[in-house]
Amino acid sequence: MNIVCVCGMGIGTSVLLKMNVENAASSLGVDADVQASDIGSARGSAQSADLIMTSNELAEEIGDISVPIVIVNNFMDVNEIKEKLQAALAS
Amino acid sequence: MTQLHLQDALPNTSFQLDGHADDWREAIRLAGQRLTSSGFATIAYTDEMIAAVEQHGPYMVIAPGLALAHSRPSPAVLKTGMSWVRLVSPVEFGHAQNDPVSLVIGLAAVDETEHIDVLAMLSRSLGDQSKRAALDNAQSPAEIRSLLTN
Repeated sequence: MNIVCVCGMGIGTSVLLKMNVENAASSLGVDADVQASDIGSARGSAQSADLIMTSNELAEEIGDISVPIVIVNNFMDVNEIKEKLQAALAS
Repeated sequence: MTQLHLQDALPNTSFQLDGHADDWREAIRLAGQRLTSSGFATIAYTDEMIAAVEQHGPYMVIAPGLALAHSRPSPAVLKTGMSWVRLVSPVEFGHAQNDPVSLVIGLAAVDETEHIDVLAMLSRSLGDQSKRAALDNAQSPAEIRSLLTN
């Protein structure tokens, strides 16, 4: 599956999130292609994505979109990311 | 791609372990001053980091008590590197879950790849709660670098 991690600039926060999403996906046995994206290109990147992962603030900024958005509070917490990823896969 | 070493990305001049800030803007200014002292960015980059929060909100508060202050590659970035500012009194960034912030890590990046390895190293350490506590109590830049690499 394709997952896009979104942050404001596309070089810091989303890159950290991408690393931890990759860890979470591999420990769940999910074959995931994870990309980092800045908010400006998020709507474009989302077209080829199955899932978007980002913060609460940026989820509001992305607005209405056809791809499910998963909100992560602690970008460093692989357990939180794992739980939310699992819930998103189940729905 | 050149491998960036922690000693180069986070030299002694990048640290302030007893910072005082009244609000989030001042906290980011401290992180920006340390990036400037280390020769990673000009002072204009500080304004770019503040503008990023004004534009997109406090999403850079990525974990409880931790802000990763940064903007994007720009003429104000001279070299890839980071700063580490620990606040004596935590400040509010306006984040719903992760306030207040006691550690601001400033990041200046010349491109989208050079800082990735160092960022991965930070991520492994800061995601570990016992290591995070040790980092909060560390007494010197050398001790912090050693905690980050081990």
